[in-house]
Amino acid sequence: MVLKSSTNKSILINSDTSSVGKICNLLLEELRGKNYAPEEVFAIHLALEEAMINAVKHGNKFDPAKKVDVNYTISDEKFEITVTDQGSGFSYKNLPDPRLEENLYKPCGRGVLLMRSYMDVVEFNETGNAVHMIKYKAKH
Amino acid sequence: MVQDSPKIILEYAQNAAIATLTDEKILEETDIQAIESTIMPLIEQTASINLVLDFSNVFFLSSAVLGLLIRISKKVYESNGQLRLCSINKKIFQIFTITRLDKIFDIHEDRQSALDSLN
Repeated sequence: MVLKSSTNKSILINSDTSSVGKICNLLLEELRGKNYAPEEVFAIHLALEEAMINAVKHGNKFDPAKKVDVNYTISDEKFEITVTDQGSGFSYKNLPDPRLEENLYKPCGRGVLLMRSYMDVVEFNETGNAVHMIKYKAKH
Repeated sequence: MVQDSPKIILEYAQNAAIATLTDEKILEETDIQAIESTIMPLIEQTASINLVLDFSNVFFLSSAVLGLLIRISKKVYESNGQLRLCSINKKIFQIFTITRLDKIFDIHEDRQSALDSLN
């Protein structure tokens, strides 16, 4: 009988970039401990940074009174995470495509594209203040 | 007093300024601002600058760095200069291709190739 282990964890972080860095490092260490491949860790790291910076910067506007809820599970099959900020949300359905000619020279707006490119599932709640992502672990 | 290590090492060769980014990971806003505060005055003070940005130490960057590169490129071209990027590893280069920024930046495999491409 093979026991598959996964534990759901929830952490509240402050709305600053150093808190984002700390939790990313924590999650990445756990991923490496679960033998996720370097390419998978890179992909998840990139998506995490984008999602959490969005939450801290655009969602919570760096408000020290607001928190970001990071709820995640790391299993032998997948990494699953929901990042929720306390902002008013945004219209994720109307995001301009940064790859279009008229947007290529804009200095921002690529975070969600990168999240979608590197993760297998990226979903927003209706309000737009929570993003749910999944990366399936490759079978080695 | 402990000083942070410089974010950029500046060198000059073949009529070009070569800025080598020193951090392996460029993520935090403070790091990006530090890079910007070094590069932008250099561009302003050098007429028609030939600028090479060397990424050989960089293994991870966020989309905010892409925004910085766009701001840098605009400033270089507004001052009739030229910009080259070089020594970008495969994983980082994939970020450029996903965002189609490989179409707007002149990216070279190594520093010499970047230098040789400048007029």
